[in-house]
Amino acid sequence: MQERLMTLQEEAVEKIEHASSLKELQDIRVEYLGKKGPITEVLRGMGKLPAEERPKMGQLANEVREVITTKVDSKQEKLEREELDRQLSNETIDVTLPGRPIRQGNAHPLTAVIEEIEDLFIGMGFSIAEGPEVETDYYNFEALNLPKNHPARDMQDSFFITEDLLLRTQTSPVQARTMEKHEGKGPVKIISPGKVYRRDTDDATHSHQFMQIEGLLVDKNIRMSDLKGTLTLFAQKLFGEEREIRLRPSFFPFTEPSVEVDVSCFKCNGAGCSICKRTGWIEILGAGMVHPNVLEMAGFDSKEYTGFAFGMGPERIAMLKFGIDDIRHFYTNDLRFLEQFKRA
Amino acid sequence: MLVSYNWLKEYVDLDGIQPDELADRITKSGIEVEGVESLSQGISGVVVGHVEKCEQHPNADKLNVCQVKIGEGEPVQIICGAPNVGTGQKVPVATVGAVLPGNFKIKKAKLRGEVSNGMICSLEELGVDVKMVPKEFADGIYVMKEDAEVGKNALSYLNLDDHILELGLTPNRADCLNMIGVAYETAAVFERKLTLPKPSLNENNESASDCISVKVDDFGDNPYYGAKVIRNIKVGPSPEWMQSRLISAGIRPINNVVDITNYVLLEYGQPLHAFDYDRFGSKEVLIRRAEAGEEIRTLDDEMRKLEAHHLVITNGMKPVAVAGVMGGAYSEVSDETTTILLEAAYFNPSIVRQASKDLGLRSESSTRFEKGIDRNRVYEAANRAAELMAEIAGGEVLEGIVEAGPRFVDPEKVIVRGERANKVLGTNIETKEIHEILERLRFSYEHENDEITVEVPARRPDITLEEDLIEEIGRIYGYDKIPATLPEGATTTGGLTPSQMKRRKVRRYLESVGLYQALTYSLTTKKKANAYHGLATEEEPAFISVSMPMSEERAVLRRTILPQLLEVVQYNQNRQLNDVAVYEIGSTYLTDERNLEKLPNEHQKLAAAFSGLWHFHPWQQEKKPVDFYVVKGVLDGLFKKLGVSERIEFQQVKREGFHPGRTAIVLLDGKQIGVIGQLHPADQKEWDIKETYLFELDLDIVFDIDVEPVVYSALPRYPSISRDIALILEQDVSAGEVQSGIKAAGGELLKEVSIFDLYEGEHMDEGKKSVAYSLTYYNPEKTLTDDDVEKVHSKVLGYVKEKFNATMRG
Ligand SMILES: [Zn+2]
Repeated sequence: MQERLMTLQEEAVEKIEHASSLKELQDIRVEYLGKKGPITEVLRGMGKLPAEERPKMGQLANEVREVITTKVDSKQEKLEREELDRQLSNETIDVTLPGRPIRQGNAHPLTAVIEEIEDLFIGMGFSIAEGPEVETDYYNFEALNLPKNHPARDMQDSFFITEDLLLRTQTSPVQARTMEKHEGKGPVKIISPGKVYRRDTDDATHSHQFMQIEGLLVDKNIRMSDLKGTLTLFAQKLFGEEREIRLRPSFFPFTEPSVEVDVSCFKCNGAGCSICKRTGWIEILGAGMVHPNVLEMAGFDSKEYTGFAFGMGPERIAMLKFGIDDIRHFYTNDLRFLEQFKRA
Repeated sequence: MLVSYNWLKEYVDLDGIQPDELADRITKSGIEVEGVESLSQGISGVVVGHVEKCEQHPNADKLNVCQVKIGEGEPVQIICGAPNVGTGQKVPVATVGAVLPGNFKIKKAKLRGEVSNGMICSLEELGVDVKMVPKEFADGIYVMKEDAEVGKNALSYLNLDDHILELGLTPNRADCLNMIGVAYETAAVFERKLTLPKPSLNENNESASDCISVKVDDFGDNPYYGAKVIRNIKVGPSPEWMQSRLISAGIRPINNVVDITNYVLLEYGQPLHAFDYDRFGSKEVLIRRAEAGEEIRTLDDEMRKLEAHHLVITNGMKPVAVAGVMGGAYSEVSDETTTILLEAAYFNPSIVRQASKDLGLRSESSTRFEKGIDRNRVYEAANRAAELMAEIAGGEVLEGIVEAGPRFVDPEKVIVRGERANKVLGTNIETKEIHEILERLRFSYEHENDEITVEVPARRPDITLEEDLIEEIGRIYGYDKIPATLPEGATTTGGLTPSQMKRRKVRRYLESVGLYQALTYSLTTKKKANAYHGLATEEEPAFISVSMPMSEERAVLRRTILPQLLEVVQYNQNRQLNDVAVYEIGSTYLTDERNLEKLPNEHQKLAAAFSGLWHFHPWQQEKKPVDFYVVKGVLDGLFKKLGVSERIEFQQVKREGFHPGRTAIVLLDGKQIGVIGQLHPADQKEWDIKETYLFELDLDIVFDIDVEPVVYSALPRYPSISRDIALILEQDVSAGEVQSGIKAAGGELLKEVSIFDLYEGEHMDEGKKSVAYSLTYYNPEKTLTDDDVEKVHSKVLGYVKEKFNATMRG
């Protein structure tokens, strides 16, 4: 009997191992473990055995049943797994096919540059001030120390609409307007971005319409060294920690002293390259200390208050930052141009 | 202003300062040097040669065989084709091995059988601008002065061993429009010795005042006029040194008299005018305003009509020159001139400016008058010119100068305080150093108590305020020595205004749903400014036009952004970029005034244009062209972002330029804020673009209204119950109207009404459509029972049937 059990086990194990489908395995399970199966039969025949052998034989039979069950179960798991693998491998897709496009536009590169600059100065406590693009001669020129017939008016040939109204040639009128609103009390701390217009023929480097960002800080005890410190911080945040700035004397009617501000070249680190025209420096801003006439005209006591102002061209900065070679690209809105600034 | 390094060296000790360093330091302290040009341009091996023999080439009519001595040894043979070559000339010779501009190397050559060991050069071949070459040498080689030493480097004789600095001057620094001014600046920057010309005259005993009188009508127009008379002038070419200096400054030599006036113009910055005394027409100079319509034939042989605000020099009867602008043709110096009437004057800058603008005549002279010349240098400049006329044109200078107006004026005094200077600059410059800086600038001063009273020389009319002096102190001290500090004082928070924040939100939203931001021009054509604006149509619209447009394309300010965006669609579709979705935020400009007096209304608008496909995923066969509802969906999302979607309404309208059945105005709280619709197919055809949809909103109105702050509402605690109804409606009843009706009728328990099906066409009666709504009922207090819902729902149904004449379907 014992022998029979062992044979059964061997037989069953052999069959299980060779089973190649779940169906086959199910048949083996029924064949050996079913109610009519040989093990049940053996157990049934145990009555013929002497009483002392019965428990031993019973135990053995259970063990054999156990072994077969385990084998069947594990084989079943294996076959099921294989079956699933087969099935899944039929579901294989080509992962290199393109995904379903999600629409995504982006900001115009000039807006990207302007917002970056705005945010940088907002971090330093500046507000954003805006004003009309059609301006009066007074705010565009006179309040900025450019009386009628001043030769420097030629520096910016303008689009006049009437004798007194024109398209602003700079965003500085916003400064004059904002200062007036402060009624002689500081601090005034603003950034004014916006469109400006000059009579230039459009070409690769000129545009009759362009953007400008200007900054103004008027308070008691504002020094030129503060201008230098503020613009150094600005240059480092916009063009990298390594940047240095250099002030060169210049002339603007609304500031005295006036300076041009150069930033050390971010491309060559000052060694000289084509971007900086081999000088190591790139001219980026015009700036200066607010002219006392401008302060007085806007209602500030120039003995008590001083201030600095600066201005720059977002087109120029964007052209430098992104390596754009033609200013007209900003205004033709070619989608192949616009979509390049997703990360900007 | 072009500055010759060698010339400048005559006034300032530049020992040890190379042209590049000069340029760099001058730039850093305020006068921008835009370029340094080496006149020699890499020339080498060009020496002075002496033509000992010159014979015609045996085999060529136009060539000469020259024997030229170029040093110690035997003369060399050079073939020369210039018509003006001749025996006995001293000429510049490029020897074998020499290099000419453009890296052109001279080699031994054979020309028609004759050996040539070099080349005799013209100025052009030596790199001189052809426009600057004196006429007598324009078509041939350059012939040098006889005293040139054979074998020596020819460049120094030709003054081509020089460097030219190009100054980019700001309008305030007209003092550097002359060599003396540049010398002052250079001496100050480098702390070097300054040696200026001191004219000395040998005047004869005939008095100038016997020959001429000067009268000025109005000293406001002409504060000073000086006249000198020089006799026995021999008009001819000026010496080489003067010619080369003029050439290096970009002025073409003409003859000694004209050259002298130009030379003094460059040296002193003083425009001078030389009249032919014998053709002047009288012994009287009268400076007065022109009579309106008065005429003068100017040097350029043009007849010019003058106006009453122009200032003229007259001979007492008729104008002989337009003051500071141009002389008259009649009294022009010619080869026959022997007596010169020399004018040195100071004219009111704005009068010269106006006249040169009116007459379209800008010259080296007028620019200098306009920008302000040195009032106290006029007299000396006159003497300098007279000195040169005696020296190089054989002239005899008559005694004295005939004048009107004071010869000199007292310098302006400006006070600067050291403490204030340091406060403005953020520096600690010591008093001693401030004194030194003023001395370097050659400004005299007195220091009393805390105030330094500076006598500003007349050459610096730009300095009138303390700040101007602070700038001088700062720039000579060196801006690189100013520390970098941050402003002290009350901290401010800064930030964006609510409207600026909303604008950024709108931008981010539109970009996140797939629109690109465009930026277009504000100036446009009248036609474009008069389309798609939706304004009440006027017979003659009040355009805001620029008074002198550069082109018709940029003539008036836009009244809507839409035409500009249609241009963007057109531009891209012309380049096969068919799927376009762009927006722009910008101003439009409107006015009610026919003659603009007030500032126009600038409205901040948001406009967008959509064309082509909205979604395209080809390999999975997904393709969705833009339609009205795509665009409306974008707007719906936008209004949700702005928290106003409950207050928005779309109303079907007909509008010029839009599809008559696919256009709506957008209302916020019942007030019109914009338009949405399809571009009229006829317009579409005219633009030659694909089906296009547009919207435009007035952002100022949208941003101005108050919006409820975000308050969390509790998540539902009880289940809601949904009921679907399909209504058969008349075609002209709008689905949205019914939706609002249901909402209103449902009261508090009806939480949401949505449209989930629309059916038109087959199986429907003529003129009917079926719209299916899903109604969701919810009570935040308790679980709703069917009975609760039924009560409200039947009320809703009754209302809809009655109000919209609807029947239930199915
Ligand atoms: Zn570089």
